[in-house]
Amino acid sequence: MLTPAVQPPAARLYDPMLPSLHRVEYARWDTDDTFSLELARVDGATIPPFEPGQFNMLYVYGVGEIPISISGDPARRDLLVHTTRAVGTVTRAMSTLKVGDSLGVRGPFGTTWPVDAARGRDVVIVAGGIGLAPLRPAMYRILAHREHYNRVVLLYGARTPGDVLYRKELEQWRAHFDLDVFVTVDRATGSWRGSVGLVTSLIGRAPFDPLNTAAMVCGPEVMMRFTAAELEKRGVKGDLIYVSMERNMKCAIGLCGHCQYGPFFICKDGPVFPYRRVQHLLSKWEI
Amino acid sequence: MTKRTRQDSETPDIIESRDFQALFDSLAKQGYRLVGPTVREGVVIIDEIAQVSELPIGYIDEQEKGTYRLTHSSGSAFFGYGLGPHSWKKYLFPPRMRLWQAQRYNGSFAIAADDSTDQEVQPLALIGVRACELAALAIQDRVFMGDYPDPHYKAQREQLFIVAVNCIHPESTCFCTSMNTGPRAAGGFDLALTEVLEADRHYLLTQVGSDAGAKMLEAVPHRPATREEKAAADTLISRAAEHIERSMNTRGLKELLPASAESPHWDAIAARCLACGNCTLVCPTCFCATVEDTTDLTGENAERWRLWDSCFTTEFSYVIGGSVRASVKSRYRQWLTHKLSTWVDQFGTLGCVGCGRCITWCPVEIDITEEVRAIQAQHAAVSDGAGRKKKDAHA
Repeated sequence: MLTPAVQPPAARLYDPMLPSLHRVEYARWDTDDTFSLELARVDGATIPPFEPGQFNMLYVYGVGEIPISISGDPARRDLLVHTTRAVGTVTRAMSTLKVGDSLGVRGPFGTTWPVDAARGRDVVIVAGGIGLAPLRPAMYRILAHREHYNRVVLLYGARTPGDVLYRKELEQWRAHFDLDVFVTVDRATGSWRGSVGLVTSLIGRAPFDPLNTAAMVCGPEVMMRFTAAELEKRGVKGDLIYVSMERNMKCAIGLCGHCQYGPFFICKDGPVFPYRRVQHLLSKWEI
Repeated sequence: MTKRTRQDSETPDIIESRDFQALFDSLAKQGYRLVGPTVREGVVIIDEIAQVSELPIGYIDEQEKGTYRLTHSSGSAFFGYGLGPHSWKKYLFPPRMRLWQAQRYNGSFAIAADDSTDQEVQPLALIGVRACELAALAIQDRVFMGDYPDPHYKAQREQLFIVAVNCIHPESTCFCTSMNTGPRAAGGFDLALTEVLEADRHYLLTQVGSDAGAKMLEAVPHRPATREEKAAADTLISRAAEHIERSMNTRGLKELLPASAESPHWDAIAARCLACGNCTLVCPTCFCATVEDTTDLTGENAERWRLWDSCFTTEFSYVIGGSVRASVKSRYRQWLTHKLSTWVDQFGTLGCVGCGRCITWCPVEIDITEEVRAIQAQHAAVSDGAGRKKKDAHA
């Protein structure tokens, strides 16, 4: 009855609920609880183009499906990169996948970081914890077209030094003469001699021109709220601040109702929103 | 099938009650599977029927907040009852549906769209669709045939023959008149019937709503209605409209509900609400669904099913770290605000048609019209109070 064909039968319309089969090409632990998978399509086709900020629905055979942001370079069409924290049933199962194992992918879905619209401005990227993963494609895109931007600043906060994601890459970026990278941790452990404190505390001293800055913020809701408030306090316009929201999702195409956030479906109206559009919701409880 | 709305001036036809079965037969002959109201375990539900005699003939229901009682009278009306807990959405948006199947294959697995025949769409004739239900269908059309059309919904929608029935026995829980959805079916049907039961006569005044409807009527004994017959049917419908007791004032609700997100009234509702989800399951427009991934015992076969879901469950909003809407208060607020406010943002229409099912089937008698009125009253009191203060300041 079933054939190894991963594409829907030709007679059927494209079905956005049908995952396409991918193979793990590379798997590694980034931190104690966070891992990255690099995936290629089993049928050998290139991965569908995606924009920074978009996400895929990843399916682990027989276990379930969850939305995960794409964290790889949008210029690469051979491999799809996803960074995930192993915290739930599906993500834990996903963390056990090895090179050569298969998983299903649907996507890409959702809105994107305003990387192109930010040209001609300073760019401030603020990430909290795993929030760095959905912002990394934006970093890649900006660095690939560095000449179009003024100052580029990355502010990153992790819980502990051990939780710092993409450490090598951060160190490389930090070595760039045209990039300012600041990292802070909530709790210093071991030999950490870097900054300690919330990521919001970095905003005041980061080198950017608030009157000509686009900001992209991703992290826990409370972190995004206070980051946006700090950015506004420094003079960044609210309509140039972007945040990425997260909710439960089952379909990713605006049909299942799970990701509703006030009038929005986060899967199709988001996940990336101008802060102005969601500001009134962020301050409310249990929306 | 293309629906053509005919001119109101067009003369309706009369099908005598004894000839009603001919409509069933001709629909069946045309390949339609007939579904309509029938009695099961003390309620009127919607299920497959073949004979007029399977309709809840002579049944009368009594509905109130948290109350549904079905009794059999000596009457012979085909449609003398109101809405039961089932809505037609179960045929277009099935409560359980397999989306796809996967199978282990060479150390990997393969996924294929569901190709089983049991879920295939087939021509369906809906018998006895009330005006509010037609409005609900139109709302679900916008939901399921928008940016990403649901293939099953769309395919099934295109294979419907709709026999509407104008309401002449509204329930106390109905409020279609204030929602502008009833009691008369205005469009979106192939045939619309008004049942007239007099001392010595029993007939169905039949209005044609589409070419398919006109064609179907040809196979049924009928004749043009007299002016008196048309007037009799019209009187029954207008009398029904006058009998509708409940109402909802929807003016300004779109703005009021989100603005009232922090209203203490949500606590008052939550103190009663059991978060059982009955209201969402009986609602003809609620469309939320979840998915279930399963494997068989061998682990060789996996499936994904789509199931109706309710925003009243804690799992509904679960993300890592817990449920976003942990409190019952926030879940009721989500449901009501969605239905009467954010639905408009999303689909350009309210999500409520005034069918009153959520009122009848709420085990703790929460009444959507009363809750809306309470929030409106509270808002009015607050703005009134503010107005007075302003005046005081001026004095």
